[in-house]
Amino acid sequence: MKTPSVDTVKFARKTKDKVQPWKELGLKEEEYERIRVILKRRPTSAELAMYSVMWSEHCSYKSSKIYLRQFGEKVTPEMKKNLMVGMGENAGVVDIGEGWAVTFKVESHNHPSFIEPFQGAATGVGGIVRDILTMGARPIAVMDQLRFGAPAHPDTARVVHGVVSGISFYGNCLGLPNIGGETVFDKVYQGNPLVNALSVGALRHEDLKLAKADKPGDLVILFGARTGADGIGGVSVLASETFDADGPSRRPAVQVGDPFAEKVLIECCLELYAAGVVAGIQDLGGAGLSCATSELASNGRAGMKVQLKNVLLRDESLTPEEILMSESQERMMAIVPKKHLKAFKKIVSKHEVEFSVLGKVIREPRLFIDWGKERIVDVPPRTVAHDGPVYERPVAYPAWLDNLNSNSVSNAGLKRASNASELATQIIQVISSPNQADKSWITDQYDHYVGGNTALAMPDDSGMVRVSEESGLGVAIATDANGKYCQLDPYTGAKLALAESYRNVAASGAKPVAVTNCLNFGSPENPEVMWQFKEATAGLADGCLELGIPVTGGNVSFYNQTGDVAIYPTPVVGVLGVIDNVARRIPSGWQDEGNNIYLLGTTRDELDGSAWAEVIHDHLGGKPPVVDLAHEKALAELIQGASLQGLVASAHDLSDGGLIQAIVESCLRFNIGARIWLEELMERDEVDLTAALFSESQGRILISVGREDDVKFVGLCEARGIPVLRIGVTDSTGDLVIQDVATWSMEQIQKLYSGAIPELFG
Amino acid sequence: MRIGVVTFPGTLDDRDAMRAVRLAGAEPVSLWHADKDLKKVDAVVLPGGFSFGDYLRCGAIAALAPIMEKVIDAANGGLPVLGICNGFQVLVESHLLPGGLIRNEHQHFICRDQKLIVENNQTAWTNLFEVGQEITIPLKNGEGGYIADEETLKRLEGEGLIVFRYSEVNPNGSINNIAGLSNERGNVVGLMPHPEHAVEPGFGPDTPVAMRSGVDGLQFFKSVINMVVNA
Repeated sequence: MKTPSVDTVKFARKTKDKVQPWKELGLKEEEYERIRVILKRRPTSAELAMYSVMWSEHCSYKSSKIYLRQFGEKVTPEMKKNLMVGMGENAGVVDIGEGWAVTFKVESHNHPSFIEPFQGAATGVGGIVRDILTMGARPIAVMDQLRFGAPAHPDTARVVHGVVSGISFYGNCLGLPNIGGETVFDKVYQGNPLVNALSVGALRHEDLKLAKADKPGDLVILFGARTGADGIGGVSVLASETFDADGPSRRPAVQVGDPFAEKVLIECCLELYAAGVVAGIQDLGGAGLSCATSELASNGRAGMKVQLKNVLLRDESLTPEEILMSESQERMMAIVPKKHLKAFKKIVSKHEVEFSVLGKVIREPRLFIDWGKERIVDVPPRTVAHDGPVYERPVAYPAWLDNLNSNSVSNAGLKRASNASELATQIIQVISSPNQADKSWITDQYDHYVGGNTALAMPDDSGMVRVSEESGLGVAIATDANGKYCQLDPYTGAKLALAESYRNVAASGAKPVAVTNCLNFGSPENPEVMWQFKEATAGLADGCLELGIPVTGGNVSFYNQTGDVAIYPTPVVGVLGVIDNVARRIPSGWQDEGNNIYLLGTTRDELDGSAWAEVIHDHLGGKPPVVDLAHEKALAELIQGASLQGLVASAHDLSDGGLIQAIVESCLRFNIGARIWLEELMERDEVDLTAALFSESQGRILISVGREDDVKFVGLCEARGIPVLRIGVTDSTGDLVIQDVATWSMEQIQKLYSGAIPELFG
Repeated sequence: MRIGVVTFPGTLDDRDAMRAVRLAGAEPVSLWHADKDLKKVDAVVLPGGFSFGDYLRCGAIAALAPIMEKVIDAANGGLPVLGICNGFQVLVESHLLPGGLIRNEHQHFICRDQKLIVENNQTAWTNLFEVGQEITIPLKNGEGGYIADEETLKRLEGEGLIVFRYSEVNPNGSINNIAGLSNERGNVVGLMPHPEHAVEPGFGPDTPVAMRSGVDGLQFFKSVINMVVNA
């Protein structure tokens, strides 16, 4: 029989024994067999391309699904009350009152960012922003969670410069304020940097859009950038395979971003939404057209008929399979009722955005894709988009974990400073270490003003943007993940990440209401990694239930490992808070002299996994700090209450680096000095000076209070049973004095804290 | 008093500029790059952003947009025009202001609260400032290094056409610390920093008084209202 120029459904029926490259496309043998069972024949090469990308780990969540379910199960009706859209959509949507809703999500772009840091990071921003746009929202801010290898490693600067410039290039050009994020350096991320991007958007309730095609006859329209050869197979080949140290270069599989095209697309989409001409919308990201067509049809419980020859191409030589797999950026797919086509055309033409009608929605739940006169895809869309394989992979308690846990700071006999001058030296070492030092060399490369609604941004504890100009209603967002804590105990580590983000949001004066996550792990095929994943997801789900705030969506990134070496489990947890008026927000630094400084919470001797252990002793072992979510909740309620009464001049959460880190940052925020005394703290909590300064005990916040509000504030703490202790006072001397330890001028401490990162990368 | 704010594809700070106009007490009017209609406005703002993706050269393509024909004609006839950041680049590419803007000396995009010294208060956009006054205006750019040939520079300095200079820190390597300039007539002003980001307490730069309380940018818009209303 004659072989046709494209592999058609008809031809596939007749050539059931044809050998197909399922393995090269990343499918396992049993997965390929399953496709044959679904289709009752061999797939065409176009169908194989679609299944392979959609069934990849990145798109199908096949290894994580059974654990992610608990985010939907461990919830109370109260937690779901304000949830307009939960997990499973492009991003979760939360009702924040006054007719406003907010959508937010964090996503990984780890693998591309190692191969091509600039484009990898840039398109990471582009992708998450399109997810937010797809919900009908105007994107209003972005944040980035970055993890790089050891600062001194020769390859780290390449990745740092590329990633930071990529985010700066793309995010700034989109006109979205970058309001915060994280930067961590650790050798475990050397070959697997983590580049997570978060975006938040705001919409009126009635503007909510969903990615579904459910009305037969509606048109399927592709618009935005043309389809090119970039990012082909990115999903299956890149994101779902462990890097091989001496494997071939994978550069061609990384997408290339054009932020200008995306900015135009954002304005164009918002105008389309406002005109009410779009019935459903989906962005094209991972898996490109394969994903958009199958998901829209599957979500709408309908089918779709598409003419692939109608796709506008950048490169006319692309094959139908390549067109289906291409991950060219800045494209969207809209479902448009026929009667609105004229209005649709008018709006996209105004923005000079190209579009083409690919086909239409049909009643029969089947996805038909034609290449000219030939049918090359004939599949049930649900089997591609939603009913992919689900694995319960083997889990195993890590063989090394007991040893790591018993190698605590005390068992290892790590030496503490024996006098004031040694302690002063350790303080300097800690605050000028790359992980603890000022990150403004990075954040100053991002626009945090655009939009005119930024109420808080780095270096404050959380980012905050105004949503309503009329009322001042706004949202605060903070993210956190401590990979070291998770390596010591992934269950507690995930709860700790949640606790810290929650505390950061609370410290800004906002009320925490929802959670997103980006779960960065090693290979799911390693049972020990899978155990870490199981523990971390359980910890996060249990934590959310305890705090009473729901997970609204998230992302999983597996295969972050080089050879056999996996990264620390790094579940990035983002918490969204609501504040009735952003004018009430609390800064993280001391603003006035003569204010009293209070430490809320209890300090324990918790130095395992701390910045002190890492910087001073290059040590990681023991157990992470104790987490008490009931206390975190009480603390958050206290801050909200105190902020409503205008009693709090500043609030800074304590986390890695401990009390001394919070003190230094509070001083330098507005260059206000302070005198700090610690005897009472040491006596009350029975800790030594090292623990008082460096312990990473949770549930603590450093507060400054004007003298006139003193009695009221302390009364409020006592009434709520929150331990409160005055440990100092702000002053105008321009010095930071830690009694019995050291005195530094603001200039000295600024130089130490702010000089480290520019020295490494500037 | 109606002040037009032009939106090119890729313009980012148009909504901020409209808000600034409103807070200053005038009516903002949105102008679209492809239209040839200034809608009878009394002044025009070319806001910041990445018009046409900064492709070719910052501001080069926007300078050829249909609306710019009208803006250039009107500016030559005395209409007050303020170019902010990318808008400044458009003014330079349109030859309404001399010189050019190149990549920052340190090669990075930079966003910071920038101190400026007001050098000239005889323009449409600065008449409410004092000469020598120090103001704080957010700056955010990747290509903000001002350059001009020696002869032009001599003329600018000699005729007092430098309107703002960077104070304390030169953030981008601009010659003579030049942050902004005007034409001879004083109706056209361009600068790299963003006055529209310092117009509302709570959302501007930090000041010694309180976080994000700086509103020095509001005076730009009040100045032009002052001039038009008192003309």
